[in-house]
Amino acid sequence: MSSVTPAHKGSTEAVAQARKTAWRNVIGRPEFGVFLILLVMTMGLSVYTDTFLTSTNIFNILRAFSWIAISAFGQSMAIITNGIDLSVGAVMGLSGLATAMLLAQGVNVPVAVLGGLLTGLIAGLLNGLMITKGKLPPFIATLGMLLMARGLCYGLTGGWPVRDLPQTFRNLGQYDVPIAGMGVPLPLIFLLVTGVIMSTFLGRTVWGYRIYALGGNETATALSGINTNRVKLMVYSLGGFLTAIGGVLMTARLGVAAPTAASGYELDVIAAAVVGGTSMRGGEGTILGVLIGAAIMQVLRNGLVLTGVSAYWLQAVQGLVIVVAIMLDQLRRRERR
Amino acid sequence: MNERDLILRMEGISKAFPGVQALDQVDFEVAAGEVVALVGENGAGKSTLMKVLCGVYPRDAGHIFLQGREVEIENPLQAQRLGIAIIYQEFNLTPNQSAAANIFIAREPRQRGVGRLLNLVDRRRMEREAREHLQRVGARVPATALIRDLSVAQQQMVEVAKALAVDARVIVMDEPTSALGEEEVETLFTIIGTLKQQGIAIIFITHRLEEVLRIADRVVVLRDGRRVGGMPIGEATPEKIIHLMVGRELTDLYHKEEAEIGVPLLEVQGLARRGVVEDVSFTLRRGEILGFAGLVGAGRTETARMLFGVDRRDAGVISMDGKPVDIHSPVDAVAVGLGLVPEDRGLQGLVLKLPVWENVALPSLDHYARAGWVDRPALRSLAQEYVDKLNIRTPGLQQKAMFLSGGNQQKVVLAKWLALHPKVLIMDEPTRGIDVGAKAEVHALMSQLAQAGMGIIMISSELPEIMGMSDRILVMHEGRVAAILERAEATQEKIMAYASGEIANSIVNATSKGASA
Repeated sequence: MSSVTPAHKGSTEAVAQARKTAWRNVIGRPEFGVFLILLVMTMGLSVYTDTFLTSTNIFNILRAFSWIAISAFGQSMAIITNGIDLSVGAVMGLSGLATAMLLAQGVNVPVAVLGGLLTGLIAGLLNGLMITKGKLPPFIATLGMLLMARGLCYGLTGGWPVRDLPQTFRNLGQYDVPIAGMGVPLPLIFLLVTGVIMSTFLGRTVWGYRIYALGGNETATALSGINTNRVKLMVYSLGGFLTAIGGVLMTARLGVAAPTAASGYELDVIAAAVVGGTSMRGGEGTILGVLIGAAIMQVLRNGLVLTGVSAYWLQAVQGLVIVVAIMLDQLRRRERR
Repeated sequence: MNERDLILRMEGISKAFPGVQALDQVDFEVAAGEVVALVGENGAGKSTLMKVLCGVYPRDAGHIFLQGREVEIENPLQAQRLGIAIIYQEFNLTPNQSAAANIFIAREPRQRGVGRLLNLVDRRRMEREAREHLQRVGARVPATALIRDLSVAQQQMVEVAKALAVDARVIVMDEPTSALGEEEVETLFTIIGTLKQQGIAIIFITHRLEEVLRIADRVVVLRDGRRVGGMPIGEATPEKIIHLMVGRELTDLYHKEEAEIGVPLLEVQGLARRGVVEDVSFTLRRGEILGFAGLVGAGRTETARMLFGVDRRDAGVISMDGKPVDIHSPVDAVAVGLGLVPEDRGLQGLVLKLPVWENVALPSLDHYARAGWVDRPALRSLAQEYVDKLNIRTPGLQQKAMFLSGGNQQKVVLAKWLALHPKVLIMDEPTRGIDVGAKAEVHALMSQLAQAGMGIIMISSELPEIMGMSDRILVMHEGRVAAILERAEATQEKIMAYASGEIANSIVNATSKGASA
């Protein structure tokens, strides 16, 4: 910081300084920790197995985690506002089922898909109303919705899956778009588009700012003249809608809508959001982080299968990874303070 | 009183918090069977002194002697073992457990024999002994009754019984009467009488001077962390006590510049909420600073919260610029031109995790957005403008609010409202806990805003601030407006007299003395 530094030396220092700050900005980003974990896992698996780093396998991973990730975008919003949405698995199943049942009635594909998305939106809206007007804790409201939506799945179908969905619909989940000589799965494209939209929504719109403010300090936000109930309604409705997108893609991919579909997915979705750096204390979390979090979970599942770990051990390892990932992330945050 | 009777002696107790000397060389003593009233303005150090005694705060300097023997009190448990019990304003009771379970909390008697091994609680013995303690207090409370089913007064009795159960020889009561009705106060006084006879020393913190004169044997007055006086109750008069409590000179800290006071801006008629605030009416004019004085719990913050639509009101008409307005939520309040700088910056004013500029921008988001898209450059330059104007010391707009000092945090809260150009700004304890420099800046800013035609309501528990900054002073006592004083006629003694509900007595005394002299 001496004022007699020669000019040229000063400029190289400035460049070095700029590089340093750029680097620090990358490291300082909340997503960096989880990204590192994903990188290590991917490299390890690429070296350790011959099958991991093949385009077929990679695209399979990406296809399979797209609906979890899309739903996790909504989940992370709920968690940012200090809430939670336990109903995502059931709502995913229900909205896929609704689409399939409309198709089975001979309704055309766009209308059927719209019907499915609307189902998710309504479920989310009901969650929001129970939380704001009914003054229920999000945990209870969405637990109720989980059971109601799942029960509806069984009730509507009598327990039988809906099969024989038209190919035009199944293409939504199965078609590969030829890009640069590779077949890029359509769900992946949906995922990326939704991700960009959601990232912009949270980062650039008034709604997004209010969501973070509400999660950071609900009292102060309300006292700033912001209608916090409206923000929450928005968060849960949008969450339901995103989950429904996931549900439609999943059903299209599987080609069949079982009443049990997506059972227990709420845990994968919550894990993806939380592993991706969404803070359970509210006010923190990004879409990019959630995307990485969801990827970690899927790579892990895939990797365990490829390395020959028994399917019976899968869950135990997943649980361990979730806990370790979050502990590492908290350690990193503490150091930054 | 001779030295041998003293059960507790505190000597030269000092305690500093960042930016404030809460206690400065305070001596305090109490004898067995004596009731000492500890009085002083808000922030005089009463609670801090008691918390030092009970091991909640470590002291910086001083000695504590119990029955002539020096003791170290490092935590509340140790205080309890030494026979010191405190009953806080907010009771420490678990609502879903019985009175007996609360009296024996953490010391439940264990069963003998096999039950001993399993750590089983001897309920019969616990309830029998709890009954004895309750009887000593003279409380008609069944030992098996759940706390949540008891009245506030009964809960207090359980607290006293709890203190007796640990063989307390000194019982501290922090404003024990503030939540009680008149009859219940009588019962409490009877209990205190009983405890006295049993040789228990009682330290009684209160704001109500009539209670001091009735129940105490001696009164000790604190002001600004110092002991400024003490006397046997026989020599005490309300005027003497009030004078000791407030007797400080106005410093030149308060730079009030005269503003032109204009037409009525905000009119409030008959504002009420059952059990909290009753029939509050006042008018705030353009360019005026209206000070709200009163004791903690007098209903000032509650009035502000109702005005701002945070809490529901049972009655009351609010008008702005002569027209009645509907305020049912902070959203409505902001829409008609009100702003609120709340009591607690960290909990109510700021989103500490968010950067400075986002905090400033929060109420203005809608004004700087097109079709829902936030205009970040515009908001950042808005924030920069106020950071410069208010001289907010921050490394940058991106700095998280939690890393700023208290004074700068308070300026961020001010900035977020000023950016909206409200007509009326309600400031609840605007300078609490901030350093002298920042305080002066906030006061200068208030003067400027008033000169620009804003109406300001300033709630403050610091009398010098109230006297220094206000054009008129509204004094509240127990949820009602006790007086609205003009700047010229207000004295600290007068305000305190109205605030403590002592006004009738003190005025009569003062005039009669004046007449006889």
